[in-house]
Amino acid sequence: MHFWQGNEACAEGALAVGCRFFAGYPITPSSEIAELLSKRLPKVGGIAIQMEDELASIGAIVGASWAGAKSMTATSGPGFSLMQEGIGYAFMTETPCVIVDVQRAGPSTGQATKCGQGDIMQARWGTHGDYSAIVLSPNSVEEMFVLTVRAFNLAEKYRTPVILLADEIIAHMREQIIVPGSETLEIFDRRKPEVGEKAFFGLEEVPPMPSVGEGRNVVVTGSTHDEYGIRVTADPVAHRKLVERLNSKIQNHADTLADFEGYNVEECEVGIVSCGCTSRSVYEAVENAEKKGIKTGYVRLRAIWPFPSWIIKKMAETAKSIIVPEMNLRQLYYEVERAVSGQAHVTALNKIGGGELITPEELMAKIIEVRRKYD
Amino acid sequence: MTEAFSPRKYLRDITPPFCPGCGAYTVTNIFLRAVHELGHEDFANFVFCSGIGCSAWIPSPHFMADSVHTLHGRSIPVATGIKLVRPDVNVVVFGGDGDIVGIGLSHFIHAARRNLDILVIMVNNMVYGMTGGQVAPTTPFKTVTTTTPYGSFEQPLDAARLAVTAGACYVTRWTTMNINELKESIKEALKTRGFRFIEVISQCPTAFGRRAGFKDAGEMLKWFKENTVPIEQAEKMGENKLISKIVVGEFVKKQRPTLGETLHAMMEEAKKQIED
Repeated sequence: MHFWQGNEACAEGALAVGCRFFAGYPITPSSEIAELLSKRLPKVGGIAIQMEDELASIGAIVGASWAGAKSMTATSGPGFSLMQEGIGYAFMTETPCVIVDVQRAGPSTGQATKCGQGDIMQARWGTHGDYSAIVLSPNSVEEMFVLTVRAFNLAEKYRTPVILLADEIIAHMREQIIVPGSETLEIFDRRKPEVGEKAFFGLEEVPPMPSVGEGRNVVVTGSTHDEYGIRVTADPVAHRKLVERLNSKIQNHADTLADFEGYNVEECEVGIVSCGCTSRSVYEAVENAEKKGIKTGYVRLRAIWPFPSWIIKKMAETAKSIIVPEMNLRQLYYEVERAVSGQAHVTALNKIGGGELITPEELMAKIIEVRRKYD
Repeated sequence: MTEAFSPRKYLRDITPPFCPGCGAYTVTNIFLRAVHELGHEDFANFVFCSGIGCSAWIPSPHFMADSVHTLHGRSIPVATGIKLVRPDVNVVVFGGDGDIVGIGLSHFIHAARRNLDILVIMVNNMVYGMTGGQVAPTTPFKTVTTTTPYGSFEQPLDAARLAVTAGACYVTRWTTMNINELKESIKEALKTRGFRFIEVISQCPTAFGRRAGFKDAGEMLKWFKENTVPIEQAEKMGENKLISKIVVGEFVKKQRPTLGETLHAMMEEAKKQIED
């Protein structure tokens, strides 16, 4: 039993799953992750280094991953923006790595110490070109640990960057946490190629990944390439084949990647879809609404992307109204609206600035309002 | 030397992408000769990193080796990750002037400061060649490029001197006319440790030369030859006399602990400390 801060739990999760390389640049509210890993990694033979900026941080973790280490960086909005080119590079080169974005209020420097949830769409669409993202969203200190472990496992399994989209409130609050013992912890390692195998970038949905320095003559490039890594700068078929596979290796497994907590999903009048810190107010609001005789349910996303449209559709079969509370000016809302496609009324509940949470009372008021309006 | 030099054994059978007369051919040739003369039968213990630009294509995918072709300017950060995890491999970065001291300048300075144990070979063609000949941080004053149609109005950067100031252990600059010196310098760099930087002033007849007033690669080489000043001689000349000159030679050669060494020393210390 520990009494940990969210960022602390994230760092501990990374250590537990075998992260042995961290590169980062200081930024509130994620710095504790860098500080803790700088203290702990050297003791277990791992490396933690503070780079000159976030461009270098993501570059270094990509290099470390190709050298065979499980690697991670942690940042917040402004740094996450700078990392976008590197995230695209990691996606294109199929480099397993974990990027933690502890969200704060943006845009720009915004309110550096205050919570926000404005990076939901950036986490999905931040880099240029056609890509797919795996984005996890913790709502407790325990989940900062568990989902960091899961982020590494998914990165290794699918050979892709995985984003842990935390927020300032979850990262800085303290809770009791029981850490799963190393014997019960599931750890997934990248599949290494067999001797003589040469196609590290195709032929299979998730190809095996060698390391550099093993004498395999590995060619890695962020330019369009064939199955052997050789650059193909103009051929339309090569580009389609590569980019479609990179996307489908994630999208084809959307059902497996779906991870959410549901309550009364298939039998509610009013549904709530939320993630991260905002979802913590939902529990109390739903309890109070039920006491008042309003059949209320929720979907709380532990994995935001790929977005599990099917469960939202399911909810819309009985729910007349779906509320989407979030600490931004509508992001998840549009995705819910798209999934519902007119089968229920989707109502936004937004609050930004000063790190003020959406309270259970505000949610309750909205539940009553939409129920009256759309009954 | 036991056998005759054959570049083929180090190369994939892929047609090189460089324009006729490009200095990248010279740099490739000299690098492979240096590797051969050091007795490396293949690139077994090498990892190459490069960014974006013509010279990034020298190793990737042409060298029969591990090569990581990264983002524009980010070869050195990626090399940092590789070298720290695998201190036993020789990490060599190839890049152009735009890549290394334009968009990637900060990483270059910090890698030299940290004394990251890698060799950086910067092919300085004084222009953004791949994108069509735009002005670079290394373009000589008053040179006509596609984005300085009336002549460059900025002073160029002296990358070799910057590397010395930032803390590099071994720094040399040569032109593609100094092939012997360049070869010996690469050999020396591959035998030593620390942050090593070799700047090669190289001709780009296509994107630089024809707008800057050179009719072909030969004229550019002639320009290099006529304007080259050895560093020993340059030190005795006044600043005014060195305008438009190319100072070549060895800028520094020293030893100090590498990043990997200081990092591992710290790790040993950390392991001794009892958990608080």
